Amino acid sequence: MTFELFVFYLFSFILVAAALMVITRRNPVHSALFLVLAFFTSAGIWLLAEAEFLAIVLVLVYVGAVMVLFLFVVMMLDIDVATLRAGFINYLPVALMVAVVMALEIFVIVGPGNFGLDVYPSPPPLPTDYSNTEALGSVLYTVYMYPFEIAAVILLVAIIAAIGLANRTRSDSKYQDPSLQVKVRKGPDRIQVVKMEAED
Amino acid sequence: MIALSDYLILGAILFSISLAGIFLNRKNVIILLMCIELMLLAVNMNFIAFSHFHGDTIGQVFVFFILTVAAAEAAIGLAILVVLFRNRLTINVEDIDTLKG
Repeated sequence: MTFELFVFYLFSFILVAAALMVITRRNPVHSALFLVLAFFTSAGIWLLAEAEFLAIVLVLVYVGAVMVLFLFVVMMLDIDVATLRAGFINYLPVALMVAVVMALEIFVIVGPGNFGLDVYPSPPPLPTDYSNTEALGSVLYTVYMYPFEIAAVILLVAIIAAIGLANRTRSDSKYQDPSLQVKVRKGPDRIQVVKMEAED
Repeated sequence: MIALSDYLILGAILFSISLAGIFLNRKNVIILLMCIELMLLAVNMNFIAFSHFHGDTIGQVFVFFILTVAAAEAAIGLAILVVLFRNRLTINVEDIDTLKG
């Protein structure tokens, strides 16, 4: 067994164990932390598959942003775990059955017979001066420019939707209204002369 | 050497686990969202593996877009979750039946 294969099996084992922990833990915070482990481990597996840029993006975007957002929401909401866990045992047989049957169905298709090393031989290792980021960028900014722009718009929509959903205007907050500020006229609005008696 | 089928079987196992998770945690919206993230990870694993074995970067471009859309989906989903909890004080799926669907 080569070192590569050993690392792959080790990471696969950790990944599957972390995924099992995600779906079985009672505490959602633990689930989120195990999901972080799952993402980090799959970033390692993607490194083995020579997808360096996406491995780093997975760590930065998922572990750094999305999972922190998950943890933030899980900790902010006061969740009653006991009622949410009710029926966990009842659904276990059907869940196991569906999952195992589906996994077996996929194994029949993607097993070593159809996608093994003799059908798809392992590609030769890329030269040391090959840059995965450069290769990805050279097609992303030319051939896939239009989908790239659409992805940017989707992110913008997500920002606006998230702010619009979660933002609430409070009635007792004090704020400036720029439109009223602009409409101020030179004479009566801006300065007010108060006539009063001179004090001693 | 690592075969393509190894990656694909790993993706299949991950996908099945997350499907079982959706069955098991059908009341907790947060865990449901996490299971969907796991499913997307399993699909991305297949894309990366095929991209590696075909020597073609297009699969990685696709993963890039999936990651983008998944991040947007997580942000909007969690925002909906926060609004839901603020209005109903619960995230139990069974209590979310206002529309009587």
